[in-house]
Parts: sequence; C-alpha cells; structure tokens
Amino acid sequence: MSLLSVRDLTVKFAMRDQTVTALNQISFDVGRGERIGIVGESGAGKSITGFSLLNLISKPGFIAGGEILFDGQDIAKMKEAELRKIRGNRMAMIFQDPMVTLNPVLTIGQQMVETLMAHRKLSRAEAEQIAVLKLREVYIPSPEERLHQYPHELSGGMRQRIIIAIALLLDPQLIIADEPTTALDVTIQADIMELLLELCQSNKVGLILITHDLGVVSQMTERTLVMYAGRIIENGPTREIINDPQHPYTQGLINALPQQTLPGHKLKQIPGNMPALTDIPPGCPFSPRCSYATDRCRSERPRISRYGTVEVACHEVERLLKDEKKEMTA
Amino acid sequence: MKDAITQDAPLLKLKGLEKRFELDKGLLEQIKFKNGKLTREARAVHAVNGINLTANRGEALCVVGESGCGKSTVARLVAGLLTPSAGEIHYDGSRIDTLGRRELLPLRKKMQMVFQNPYSSLNPRMTIQQALEEPVSHHFPKLSRAEVRDKVAEVMRSVGVDPSWGKRYPHEFSGGQRQRIAIARALTVDPEFVIADEPISALDVSIQAQILNLMLEAKDERGLTYLFITHDLSVVQHFGTRVAVLYLGTLCELSDTATLFENPKHPYSRALLSAVPQLKDDKPNHIRLKGEIPTPIEMPQGCPFQSRCAFATNRCQAEKPRPLQQPDGSLVACHAVEEGRIDA
Repeated sequence: MSLLSVRDLTVKFAMRDQTVTALNQISFDVGRGERIGIVGESGAGKSITGFSLLNLISKPGFIAGGEILFDGQDIAKMKEAELRKIRGNRMAMIFQDPMVTLNPVLTIGQQMVETLMAHRKLSRAEAEQIAVLKLREVYIPSPEERLHQYPHELSGGMRQRIIIAIALLLDPQLIIADEPTTALDVTIQADIMELLLELCQSNKVGLILITHDLGVVSQMTERTLVMYAGRIIENGPTREIINDPQHPYTQGLINALPQQTLPGHKLKQIPGNMPALTDIPPGCPFSPRCSYATDRCRSERPRISRYGTVEVACHEVERLLKDEKKEMTA
Repeated sequence: MKDAITQDAPLLKLKGLEKRFELDKGLLEQIKFKNGKLTREARAVHAVNGINLTANRGEALCVVGESGCGKSTVARLVAGLLTPSAGEIHYDGSRIDTLGRRELLPLRKKMQMVFQNPYSSLNPRMTIQQALEEPVSHHFPKLSRAEVRDKVAEVMRSVGVDPSWGKRYPHEFSGGQRQRIAIARALTVDPEFVIADEPISALDVSIQAQILNLMLEAKDERGLTYLFITHDLSVVQHFGTRVAVLYLGTLCELSDTATLFENPKHPYSRALLSAVPQLKDDKPNHIRLKGEIPTPIEMPQGCPFQSRCAFATNRCQAEKPRPLQQPDGSLVACHAVEEGRIDA
C-alpha cells in the first residue's frame, strides 16, 4: 500500500460571485520513502496541492471532493484534533521563506523544544538533547549555541537548514517541501538540496518537492507530476519525463529552457499564458496554446490514462499511441 | 554617421567604480562605547569595490553573482540613479557620473532601464497608452500628438502588445504582458543602450522564453547594447556575449560567454557554474563551498572570496588579487590561478 494515496482531489475557492476550481480531480500516489516532484508554472496548483495534503486549505477555499489517504486514513475528513497529531509529526512541511516560517520572537531552541514537547512525552532537557542532535544532522556549526539565538541572527541558508531540522524533529514519514530554496542563492540552494536528499535517503522519508525548476526535479526525485491549470497532465518516472516528455505542455516547458537552444538563437517559446482559474477554457485547458489542438481538444476534457510507465492527459498522445498499436498489429 | 574612432571605442567604461552606503549617518549613531572609551565609528555597506569594466557597442554584457554582490548597484550607478562614492563612468567617450540633472537629460533618451518587477515599474493609475506616450513626448517635444501615437503603436506591435490595449491599466495584464509593456516603454525613445536588471526573474519559464526572444530581436533589429544583470546562469549562457562575475562588489572573472562556460577559472565562478541544476543530472552535483557570503559591511582584507575558498593561502588573506589577463583572453582575479595552483 502506498504511504499517500490521493484520489480525485478537488479544491474550490468560493469567490464573491462564483466558485473557482483550483484543483480539478487530481490523483497520485507516493510510496514509502519515494521522492516525487510537482512541477508547473505559477497558478498551476502546485502549492494548493501541498497545502491540501495537510488539510491546510483555509477559507474561502475548501476541499470539495476526493480522498487523501495517508497510511489508509482520509486526511480530507479528519477533525482538527486528529490533524494536529499528523501535522509536523508524521507529515511535515517546509515552506519557501524561512523568515516567515520561524517565529521571530522565540529562540531556535524554544521553537524546537515546543514542537517536540507538543508531540512526545519528554522533559525539557531530553527535548533539548534531541534538538541539538537534529541541528548537528543538518550541519549547523556549534548547535548548542544556536539554540539560544533568534532567527534574525542567522543567515538565510542557516535558517532553511533549521527549518529542515524542525521538519525532521519527529521523524516524519513524508516531507512536503514547497519551493524550499527559491529564496536562496544558487550555491546555497545546491547545498540545501543535497542535504535534503541525503536526509530523505538515510531516514527513508518520502518527499514531495514542489518547484518550478526542472533541473532541481531531475536531481532530486524519482517521479514527476506536471500540473497545468489545476490538473495533473503528466505523471511518470522523472528520467522519462525529462528525456521523453509526452504531453505537449511538458515538451514546451522543457524546450523553452535556454539550455535546450544554441546560445543566441531564438528560444522555443510557448505562446500565450496559463489561463486564470476564473477563465479555464472548456475541453483541454492547454488547447488554446497547443499546436496539436483539434476540435475535440477544445470541447472534451482529456482523461489521464496510463501508457506504459507514464500517465498523460492528452487526446493527441492517445491518438498517436493508438496508431502505434495498430501498426504493431498490422 | 559617426566617425570610426567612436565606433571602436567602448560605449560604456567603468573605471575603479566604488559605492558605499553609509549605515550610521547621524553623529549619535556613530558614537560607540568601546573598551571604556567613547569612539566615533561610521559603518558602511561596501556594495561596489573598484570595478573596471567596459561594454562595447552591440554586445550584451552580463553581470552575474549572488544576492548582495553589488550587481544591481552597478546597474543603478550606470543609469545615474545612484552617485558613485569613487571612480568614473564614461559613456560614449565622455564622463557622465559628474553631470547634473539637466545635463543628463539627453543621455536618458539614449540609455533606458528595464526593471525586475513589472508590477511595481508601471504606474497603476496610468493607462498603457499614457505610460508609453509620456517618455516619447518628453524626449521628442517637436512631435505632434498623432506622431507620438504612431510611434507608440509601432513599438507596441514590435513587442507583441496589441495597440488596441492602450486604454487598459497595468492591473489588467499578466506579468509577462507587463514586462513586454515595460520593454516597449524603454524602446519608444529609440535608445542605444538598455540596462536590464533581472528582467525575467519574476516570470514563469514559458514566459521567460518569450521575453528573452523579444530582447534578442530588439538587439538585432535596433543594434542595441545591453547591460544585463541576472543571477540565472543559463540565461547568461544564452543571451550574453561577455560575462562579468561579481563577488562582494568585486570582479572575479570577466570572459567571453563561451570561454567562461567551457573553462571557468576563478574558484567562485567554478562553484557558481557547478551549482546550476542541469536536466541531465540525477543527483546534486556541485562544488561545495564552505560558509556563506560574508556581509559587505566588514570587508575582509585580501581576497573577498578567501573565507569560502578551498585554495586560500596566507597571500590571499593579506593581498587583494588584481584581475590578470589569461592566455584565452579572460580576466581573472585570483592568486591561485596566477600561481598555477589550480589547473586551468
């Protein structure tokens, strides 16, 4: 059984005059210790997915349907008290901006000890010991002294390491990291990513890495979900998605990267913009920007179907792969 | 037609450019109590520390580095938005950093700037038409209203903005569209030099490609020269003709783009290049640097990179390396490279 199994999850936001669908029937699984990446552009629904897995969607948003089975229990239907036992304990989240995540008026030690004592029956001294241990695991120099420092006394990279240490405090089974290094410089990003990968592998922790950077996904994950306009449009092994993307949007996203074109030549751009949630076209949401789009694409929503090891939601891919099968039988 | 001499001379020349931002401005802030005595001490952020750099006509000179390296300060100094603490800025053969507001006016037409955030660089109370017409009627006071409108419409079309959108306000556009409009505004006055400070960093990948293509087209069609500030090395590799790598306000390496990416020499350039996640990687694969960027308030003596460098020696701690010409034409400021301690 998968550690996490999301089935037809739909999240809506009630606006003044209409209700918009931010996540439209998404389904995916995360195995124990598996690392998956969620990629897409801003507004695709990546972060909403991360938040909804911990049932952190707040008003005017709500989970309108579907299941989030974590170790067999449905998070979507849990009460606050039950959720509190899971959040930060069995499933932890790392956010983009460490300065917002850490409480500025509490020392690092207070925040770590507080978390530990909320979930475990520990004395303060025991909790402090564990905190020091975890800080050492994320290569924080002189961890005993850091316990008495406030977040503003530390650099951005150091703060994000502390966030990772806090996320790992209670030995979670799954970490959701939402753009954990976007606010950091590239050399620091590389260190943090390596650390996160190392810790996930050595502790057999599952990872959901939300990012817009395909290079990061390639380095960090075994499987990749590509999202567009609140839907999963492609899901498969990371290497296959990067080397042989099926969905025209995934192809466009990879081909648009400067590395994919000779220096100084015209980049392969995707025309147009991602639609706003209030304005998602009927049929395939990508059809207005897609060079393969047919009348069917503009009227009928493609279902996500499995072809070998990948799942793709695209009429054209379906047609092409059917043709291949015909050729094989002929 | 310009004579041959000015054609060959660099369009932009920075000589020993320095910028310090005073932290303790008032007298009371400067008074400190140390070792039982009152002393006066003014701290400053050393944002740019003696940079020499030239940009030739028609090239796209990229300035890269991590946050706090002084790259945006360089852009603002060149654009005349900040005054240098020391050093000189020459544009088209004449010194410009000492000019007053009025004397700078004709230059502002030649030199335009595109900023990172298209949400804050457009006035929310002006329609697109107004925002685009304003610089034209300011810099070309002789044009009639109809001529101004024609000029603006032409530029709008060239950047893929429908002239019929002119009546709309910035909030009605997406980030990518706004950045097109910001670029259109820079191009309406027919500049020869465009300073772009992280123009695509706030945009999504598919939109980044659109804007980069637009900037490349404008370069070819209008013969523009760019000073392109960015932290994104894959963009540099695609867009830049030459690259200046900055660290703590100091030039580490200056090189042709192809040379830098094939054979980076400065230990910092090497680490920076290796840290960019590549599609072909299946695990993080970078040169680890120890520590983090020190603050530019207390600048170390000697090489600014020594605290994180694996090759640092006593000489690096004592003496600041000067940029030296390498056999392949690049400039590298590193004692280890000079002494042959790193194989090039």
